[in-house]
Amino acid sequence: MEKPLPEPTPVSAPFWAALAEHRIRIQYSPSAGEYVFYPRLLAPRTLADDLEWREISGLGTLYTYTVAERPTAPPWADSVPQLLAVVQWDEGPRFSTELVNVEPAELRVGMRVRPVFCDQPEAGITLLRYEPVRDR
Amino acid sequence: MGLRGEAAIVGFVELPPTRRPTRPAMFTLDQWATLAKAAIEDAGVDPTRVNGLVASGLAESERFVPATLSEYLGLPLNYGEVVDLGGATSAGMVWRAAVAVELGLCDAVLAVVPGSYHLPRSTRRPPAEPDYFGASSNRYGSPQAEFEIPYGNLGQNAPYAQIARRYAAEFGYDPRATAKIAVDQRTNACATPEAVFHGQPITVDDVLASPIIADPLHLLEMVMRCHGGAGVLVANADLARRARHRPVWIRGFGERIAFKTPTYAEDLLRSPLASAAEAAFRMAGVRRADVDMASIYDCYTITVLMSLEDAGFCAKGEGMRWVTEHDLTFRGDFPLNTAGGQLSFGQAGMAGGMHHVCDAVRQLTGRAGRAQVADCNTAFVSGTGGIMSEQVALILQGD
Repeated sequence: MEKPLPEPTPVSAPFWAALAEHRIRIQYSPSAGEYVFYPRLLAPRTLADDLEWREISGLGTLYTYTVAERPTAPPWADSVPQLLAVVQWDEGPRFSTELVNVEPAELRVGMRVRPVFCDQPEAGITLLRYEPVRDR
Repeated sequence: MGLRGEAAIVGFVELPPTRRPTRPAMFTLDQWATLAKAAIEDAGVDPTRVNGLVASGLAESERFVPATLSEYLGLPLNYGEVVDLGGATSAGMVWRAAVAVELGLCDAVLAVVPGSYHLPRSTRRPPAEPDYFGASSNRYGSPQAEFEIPYGNLGQNAPYAQIARRYAAEFGYDPRATAKIAVDQRTNACATPEAVFHGQPITVDDVLASPIIADPLHLLEMVMRCHGGAGVLVANADLARRARHRPVWIRGFGERIAFKTPTYAEDLLRSPLASAAEAAFRMAGVRRADVDMASIYDCYTITVLMSLEDAGFCAKGEGMRWVTEHDLTFRGDFPLNTAGGQLSFGQAGMAGGMHHVCDAVRQLTGRAGRAQVADCNTAFVSGTGGIMSEQVALILQGD
């Protein structure tokens, strides 16, 4: 069963275009002095009309996660365990993602994580997953 | 500001939940009418006195729901509304009904939630596509479709497990404590013949031996979907005085809606119930210590733990120790979910939220049978929608 893929919208297109280049651009509101995610037309809370796109490193910490032993929906039937995570970027906003290249037992809330760009050429989209930052 | 406490729940109905359908398939319109009739008859009120209704939606009609129901029931309305708050819908319906009564718009307001998805199937139309997205929207332009669903972040189990994981990191986690919540509620279900798990006691070890579904949550810490349905009739003081049972006055409420997906919660461990419960207690002029029974929305054990903290029954981060030190059964020092809660009474779909209202009404009207809490006069009820993202608190009292 095919997994549903995202479809960029007029508002979010710059985010997905950056991911295709393996870069991360999210919105920033100068008047609020805050980064914003997900992409919007107006800044949350202040509703300021000043959102601009800025590149970020994508580095962050693991805010929380779960190891799903049962699939969350039929398309993930062959994908368990699913390592479902919320990453907090160093710039502030949080991002819903999956963890890769890691054993469940290694996971710790608060661990440093870095982006893994996952191209889906057949769909023309790049997904953003995460892996632990390991000391070399 | 707030309610004067002059609107009361005067009648209720809650079908015993069943794992499989035990009745012929029924449209939600027909379920609505059947439940409404039962709640009205429980109150002993003339149906034509009903001039308001609050609904949670109808499977047969996406729009014009109050008008469709008004027409079917033959009851012209001064107030009709659909509430869209997930598991907090029922508690949200009750306070809206009370407000409509106190404003003098209505004499009696129905708040009914059909709870069976066993619907008649058309022989001419193809069956609807299976929809596994649940509370997430996969429509184009939906933030969930774009930023959650592609990573498999959908449904309820995983996000509630993420709350529990974060809780463990900040405050520590005692799996025996969360398991005890399920065990005490099962004890209550075993004193409630209508409960789906009546006659099936469990132990902490049983809970911990049940499969992990989403770490750290076990199968027996999660609700099981059932067929059922529930509803109440809310009426003014005049009708309440002439109704068959002790009126259950709606003294206080609070509501707070803060986000859709927990990824975007400002603080995942301080839920919107904190402000909703504070508003409800303040409005009612009731202290936490005055509460004789609590019926707390329990889709998962972690929901109950977080709600006990956020509603102010114990300090944030103390919940694990607190539930271990208190007897949460109907005969205990903190009677909680005294019919078993949704975990053990059963979650009849959207009607699961109304279970907590009915649980309180049973206790306050002295109709809880073997599970009756002695001298029960003040109840706290909570509703939780989404992933602890939209919550409602109610304070209900007998005379």
